[in-house]
Amino acid sequence: MNVLSLRNVVKAYHSHIAVNDVSFDVKAGTIFGLLGPNGAGKTSLIRIITTITGADSGQVLLNGEPLNHLHPNEIGYMPEERGLYKKMKVGEQLLYLAQLKGLTEKEAKIKLKTWMVKFDIMNWWDKKVGDLSKGMSQKIQFIATVIHDPKLLILDEPFSGLDPINANLIKDEIYQLKEKGTSILFSTHRMEQVEEICEDIVLINQGKILLYGNVNTIKNDFKEHLFSIKYEGDLPSVTDHLGFSVLEKRPNEVTIKVTEGVSSNQILKTLIDTNISILGFNEILPSLNEIFIKKVAQSNE
Amino acid sequence: MNKIWLVTMREYLTRVKNKTFILTTLLTPLGLLVFFVAVGFVMSTGSDTVKVINVTDASNLLEKKLDSRDNLSFVFTDESVETLKSKYKDGGFDGILEVIPLKDSLAKSFTVNYHSDDQLAMDENFAIQSTISDKIRDFKLKKLNLDEATLKSIDTDVTIQPFTILKDKKISSITTIVSSAIGAIVGYAMFFIILVYGSQVMRSVMEEKINRIVEVLISSLKPFELMMGKVLGVGLVGLTQIGIWMILMPLIFFIATSLLGIDAANMDGINTGNLPTEELMMSSNGKIAQVLAEIQGMNWYLILPLTLFYFIAGYFAYAALFAAVGSAVGEDINEAQSLTLPIMMPLMFAFYIGISAMNAPDSTLAVWSSMIPLFSSIVMPVRLPFDPPWWQIVISVVSLVLFTIALVWLAGRIYRVGILMYGKKASFKELAKWVFYKE
Repeated sequence: MNVLSLRNVVKAYHSHIAVNDVSFDVKAGTIFGLLGPNGAGKTSLIRIITTITGADSGQVLLNGEPLNHLHPNEIGYMPEERGLYKKMKVGEQLLYLAQLKGLTEKEAKIKLKTWMVKFDIMNWWDKKVGDLSKGMSQKIQFIATVIHDPKLLILDEPFSGLDPINANLIKDEIYQLKEKGTSILFSTHRMEQVEEICEDIVLINQGKILLYGNVNTIKNDFKEHLFSIKYEGDLPSVTDHLGFSVLEKRPNEVTIKVTEGVSSNQILKTLIDTNISILGFNEILPSLNEIFIKKVAQSNE
Repeated sequence: MNKIWLVTMREYLTRVKNKTFILTTLLTPLGLLVFFVAVGFVMSTGSDTVKVINVTDASNLLEKKLDSRDNLSFVFTDESVETLKSKYKDGGFDGILEVIPLKDSLAKSFTVNYHSDDQLAMDENFAIQSTISDKIRDFKLKKLNLDEATLKSIDTDVTIQPFTILKDKKISSITTIVSSAIGAIVGYAMFFIILVYGSQVMRSVMEEKINRIVEVLISSLKPFELMMGKVLGVGLVGLTQIGIWMILMPLIFFIATSLLGIDAANMDGINTGNLPTEELMMSSNGKIAQVLAEIQGMNWYLILPLTLFYFIAGYFAYAALFAAVGSAVGEDINEAQSLTLPIMMPLMFAFYIGISAMNAPDSTLAVWSSMIPLFSSIVMPVRLPFDPPWWQIVISVVSLVLFTIALVWLAGRIYRVGILMYGKKASFKELAKWVFYKE
């Protein structure tokens, strides 16, 4: 079941094409990464999904239905550029934003109290947002995004500007929401977060999809058959006949590239037969960051 | 619709609960009152020390009578000017008024000498002049064997009594004056209300854009709903403020007049000089009654709803324009200035046409402007008390409604693009392009 499906979505702004024939699916109850360098078209894409703008062509389906005017109430969106009314009190402001999402005042009050108790910020109710620190107002912004229990949560760089403690707090909340069945579209260019959190990703650049799929599958696709070996003893100086070549040598550790068609088990077997003792044998998978930079550089050429 | 209402209520409540709003709403009428009392006080007091002036009047022209005023005290003396001059050094008085004997009893001009090292102030000068002039007048009347009543019978009050020929309407000589006054008040009020609340809409739009909260908002509702909610909310704040003022102003005026003992009839008495008070009361009461009758005679069933209509339509048209401009401004609030120019121009223009329409409500300029949207919301209310032909009102209303709808639509098109554009402020060319952007 897909909570969100994009089919051949195109969006052009007079001269340049911001979103060029983009299709992908977000599975219900998963965390999906929308990646791309600055100006790749992430924001344009998000604005289409949140019904802020319309696509020129193509289709966006939320829970299998084409986007309509009721859908904004099922989406929670936290833009990269955070914004709240500085002169409005925390409680009033959140109640207002919740009601704009279709909650009644009563429902909004109950939900809001639950969240404020959870974050231990009940005493902020009558504070003005302008008087809060940046980290504090981020929490308010997060509550504003999730208060109406959205089916689809869209977070644009949710951790930017957060200290590690608050970042972890928000991260825990994201996981908890996911456990409850909320699907999350997570837009960022910070790859280490994506590797940690996301199951599927789509990488776009200049409005086009460069990569799309499961994080682990993608990493496997991009692996270069590199292994790191920790050992004691003397490694033979010529290794090509053993099925690998040494790329980098440090004391008691080497990075090797395995010749194509040779399995890791074979390498291990050969090495055991030599007179070194092996302490560690790990495959080196490319980080998403490397894949990202490589792919973007390729597409920009 | 429900979401528009939420926006409206937020705009309304945050503004109405704001301390500055409460203070300006309550203190403006009080401030006005203090201002007028202060002005009245300043105007009524001249120099504060009392000047003692010795008067020598050899020919007894003044008959030893010269009314002392607040700051002038006259002392009649038989001593000669020379003796008085020698005493001047010792003090005791501030100057010597030397009334030279009147040679020609019907002379057109007369000179009185004033000896002092300190000059007379302007108002003191006037006071002495008018008192002496009155005395000489009495003296001349006696000389010519005339009495006050005979003289008064020479003056004639001329009134032009207007009558209608085709129209069936009772009009009187002061209809025009009353109509002008009503028109003027409405015209001024329209101009300031549109300007003040229109620019509040603009500032509110800019605030949301610069705060970046607008992106959160329009992921919940349509930009057009947000804009309309805002325009409505600020408009309601305007109505609230005007309503409070309409109650407070007369109340404060009433309290002030009874507390300070200011009496309108008395004030008139000062200006009209020698008219017997009773007669004056009669005539001023009569005038007031006439004005009141005139005001009651106006076709308020037509004027009031139409004025309210022009206010609402005019406010919507201008406020929508202000919202569009607010959305086009970049990061800096000061950039709004040049963009508001095209809004300010028709508004100022309409205001000046409105002023001229007060004097000439049927001039070609006034008639046409009262049917052209953007001008009509100010010019037509000014003309309404003058009973303009019904077909002009119909054209004016229809064109204003159509134009306002078109303008709000247009402003909405610009607004929806503008609020998401960051960076530098947009040019008018870009604004025009935004109108044709796809959703």
